[in-house]
Amino acid sequence: MTLRLAAAVAAGKIARAGLHALGRGATALPGIVTLAVDPAAIARIGERLAHGVLLVSGTNGKTTTSRMLADVARAAGWVPIHNRSGSNLDRGIAATLVAEAGWGGAPRGDVGIFEVDEASLPRVLARVEPRAVLVTNLFRDQLDRYFEVDQLARRVAAALARLPEAATIVLNADDPLVARLGEGHRGRVLFFGVDDAAVGGHVAQHISDATHCPRCSSRLAYARVVLAHVGEWSCPACGLARPARDVAATRVELGRDGSRLTVAQDGSAGVVEVPLPGLYNAYNALAAIALARAAEIPFATAARAIAAFRPAFGRLEMVEAEGRRLRLILVKNPAGANAAIGALLERGGRHRILAALNDRDADGRDVSWIWDADLEALAPAVEHAVITGIRARDLALRLKYAGLERDRTAVVEGWDAALGTAIAGTPPGGELVVIATYTAMLALRATLARKGYVRPFWED
Amino acid sequence: MDLRICHLYPDLMCVYGDRGNVLTLERRARWRAIAAEVREHRAGERLDPEWADVYVFGGGQDQGQDVVSRDLAGPNGDALRTSLAGGAAMLSVCGGYQLLGREYLPAGAPPIPGLGVLDVTTRAGKKRFVGDLVAEAPQGTLVGFENHSGRTYLGPGARALARVRLGHGNNGEDGSEGAVQGRIVGTYCHGSVLPKNPWLADMLLAWALERRHGPVALRPLDDSEELAAQRSAAEVARAR
Repeated sequence: MTLRLAAAVAAGKIARAGLHALGRGATALPGIVTLAVDPAAIARIGERLAHGVLLVSGTNGKTTTSRMLADVARAAGWVPIHNRSGSNLDRGIAATLVAEAGWGGAPRGDVGIFEVDEASLPRVLARVEPRAVLVTNLFRDQLDRYFEVDQLARRVAAALARLPEAATIVLNADDPLVARLGEGHRGRVLFFGVDDAAVGGHVAQHISDATHCPRCSSRLAYARVVLAHVGEWSCPACGLARPARDVAATRVELGRDGSRLTVAQDGSAGVVEVPLPGLYNAYNALAAIALARAAEIPFATAARAIAAFRPAFGRLEMVEAEGRRLRLILVKNPAGANAAIGALLERGGRHRILAALNDRDADGRDVSWIWDADLEALAPAVEHAVITGIRARDLALRLKYAGLERDRTAVVEGWDAALGTAIAGTPPGGELVVIATYTAMLALRATLARKGYVRPFWED
Repeated sequence: MDLRICHLYPDLMCVYGDRGNVLTLERRARWRAIAAEVREHRAGERLDPEWADVYVFGGGQDQGQDVVSRDLAGPNGDALRTSLAGGAAMLSVCGGYQLLGREYLPAGAPPIPGLGVLDVTTRAGKKRFVGDLVAEAPQGTLVGFENHSGRTYLGPGARALARVRLGHGNNGEDGSEGAVQGRIVGTYCHGSVLPKNPWLADMLLAWALERRHGPVALRPLDDSEELAAQRSAAEVARAR
């Protein structure tokens, strides 16, 4: 225990206490303060965790997958330290460790489970030696921040190649941008993927992050496209193809509120019930199972924990408000939006929607992405849409071009007014689907919290 | 009357929401009872110079742009030049805009020739221009979002599409944004650019229809949502 680490932890704790006294969720500032005093804080505290550090990265699915994994760890009798509130840059991880450490820096848990923003992964990997790292997928996200997905993939691959041999890398074989990320690693690489020939997407895939072979640039061939560039891919020119899956979903049955996966690994098969709807949540569960295997947690334990899972802030969270059910769906990019749309279409019927588009830094400042989301597929399934947020008018225009008639939309400014209108327009006992970008979801949730319908998200 | 739209390299040059431009042309034609057909041209396919009335050419990533410029260096480039010389219209955004110019000058590497149908030259810059862009054209306000490190300079054959009021535009120096030459338009505006700037969409639509149907007076549409979105985006940009 060094004096420097103690000082760093103390500074972080004081910052956090100060922010809480002001009534603000303290998820990033304490981390900035801690790392400023001791840049090695994450590694030093991390080293003392008996089961090590598990990192979850990728564009979509990090929060749900890491929360599932935290539940799996608890079911295995471990005590996870987890950056639950989604602050997934290195400062957020440091802040979590500070909150969960004693004043001398001794951690109060025995495994670290951290969601890591994919652009921060290289920096975080330089600061800590993880037991395992998972990459779920790589999509174009927040155009103004992550300019080129190829460049990002190269940076992540280079960072992963520097990991010690003892670390395990867990990768999505169905994503051609991810499948090769472990090539420079001398240690174990575990692949997961969906092998059910009946599984494909409901929405047209107009997104083109990587339809070209990452090795030779020829066009990839797809036997099945699941979402954007994820699916059963191969290169007809150089032969690059999906690596063999160590953990494979050989059957995926999609239901109204969840799915059932048959998972094959090491010659045996087991079933896991996933209580969140949509193919993308089936992938999240599969990723959690693969990472649990890398951490040597038995499949039965993982399946039990996942079956009991409840979703996170804004990720298909269900909230009761004034006798209606609100289903909160966070979207950040076209792939995520299409996945959410696909899940809604799978359920059939028409939906009442509250859609909120912001363009702050955390939402992505360039809203061009909404033109790549397949809202044409959504429009016929919309009973009515209340539209709000800083860029509500852009979204209303997008929906007009997607074919949604004017009398089925209403632009309402102000979070209270928009929520009020949307809730009032939903029959009692009915469901309102709330689709929002990050800061818009924060604002809507804060409004719901003020009225007593949810706890402030940092108290989750 | 009918409209033929060719979406160039949709799998490679569509990273920034430019698909919305194809959608806008298609819808604005259909709302006027003009049938619209969209075809895609991908690298390696044969481009038919007689078919399209208008091309939409978006922005992409480096690896993708290499594949595209190789495709345009061959007979497809000749076909595209012929088609444009024969009266087809073109909207090019960002990477597409740069590829239509005379050449692209990367830092410390030999120049890369462009298609040469726009009298512009692009030089690689160090700083990236990212943010809201508000500009004024003779026909109306132009609002979009730019994201580029290339700096484009107009030659005598091309005129600016608009004058920058907020943001950087072509090069951050001379206040010009985009380029117009004949029926070819280049711009750095994503957004997508056509939905919020209906004057530009209709200008391209009229040029496109003229190719096979002669001069066309387009019935005005109710653009209240388009203009509300344009105004709102400009206000948000100014307030930042």
